[in-house]
Amino acid sequence: MAGPDTIASFHDTQSAESAWSGGVSPYAVVPKKLGMWLFIVSDAITFACLIIAYSYIRMASPSWPRPFLIWPSIINATVMTVVLLTSSITVVMAVRASKVSQRGTTALWLMATMLGGILFDVLHIHEWLSLIGEGVRLFTNPWGPPLFGGSFFILTGLHMLHVTIGVVYLGVIAWGFKRLKFTADDVEISGLYWHFVDLVWMFLFPLVYLLSAKTI
Amino acid sequence: MEATVAHVHLEPKGTFLIVWGWLLGLTGLETFLAYQHLALKVMLVMLMTISIIKASLIISYFMHLRYERKSLAFTLMPALVFVIGMLFVLFPDSVRLLEMRPH
Repeated sequence: MAGPDTIASFHDTQSAESAWSGGVSPYAVVPKKLGMWLFIVSDAITFACLIIAYSYIRMASPSWPRPFLIWPSIINATVMTVVLLTSSITVVMAVRASKVSQRGTTALWLMATMLGGILFDVLHIHEWLSLIGEGVRLFTNPWGPPLFGGSFFILTGLHMLHVTIGVVYLGVIAWGFKRLKFTADDVEISGLYWHFVDLVWMFLFPLVYLLSAKTI
Repeated sequence: MEATVAHVHLEPKGTFLIVWGWLLGLTGLETFLAYQHLALKVMLVMLMTISIIKASLIISYFMHLRYERKSLAFTLMPALVFVIGMLFVLFPDSVRLLEMRPH
């Protein structure tokens, strides 16, 4: 009765069940990688809450400032986006190099990524200082809705904190990987964090900057 | 030694460079759209659609999720999308605030 097909599907079922019955990793990833994914999901929810709060305040306000001129603000933010996307491709290269145990090359790609993160921070702090110079504070600004400053500084500030932590994290991994203290898994997991920081900016850039661009 | 070599599987570098190119192109498109005189709601929908496409590219390729076992994506993504979706229940209240504001 049982032909070859039946036997094959029986074995498939068995292996699928055994994957969920303990003793085998059902996700086929190392535990700390699953840990990083769970952290990323929870951190994504934190950012989503802040973005929703920002959108709530903006929708509830009869007017909202659009102070960002194409030069310097929008060009600056676009360059920041390009820098962050480029730092994501350098981290991809670091992960690839780490998988074939090219320890020096991995450290170099990670340092290139760190440079991208530092450049992003410098450009962003420059933007912050220029807004502060125009009189924008957490609860006041020259253009009206008092929470414009609060929502801008908190959203972009939390993201900048993530970038800064990422730079330190990648530095520790680059240092440790070169000295055989960390494995290729650790490089990949730090890369996951960095890509997440990049991903969050893909939403902040249009919501905070482009939708507040001064078009006239 | 053989086992180590057998475990190393690298996706083609070109795939990641193409994804990077797309991400840069979509960023350029977003900046271009910001200067088209469109209604705010239309602009919001267009920009968020592009951002979701960019996020999907980053998650799938850079974060490698499409190369992982499906169970990982099915565990993580529906929960995230559900929670973010639930946050949208707040928006009718923001409209209420706007409408009830004394003129």
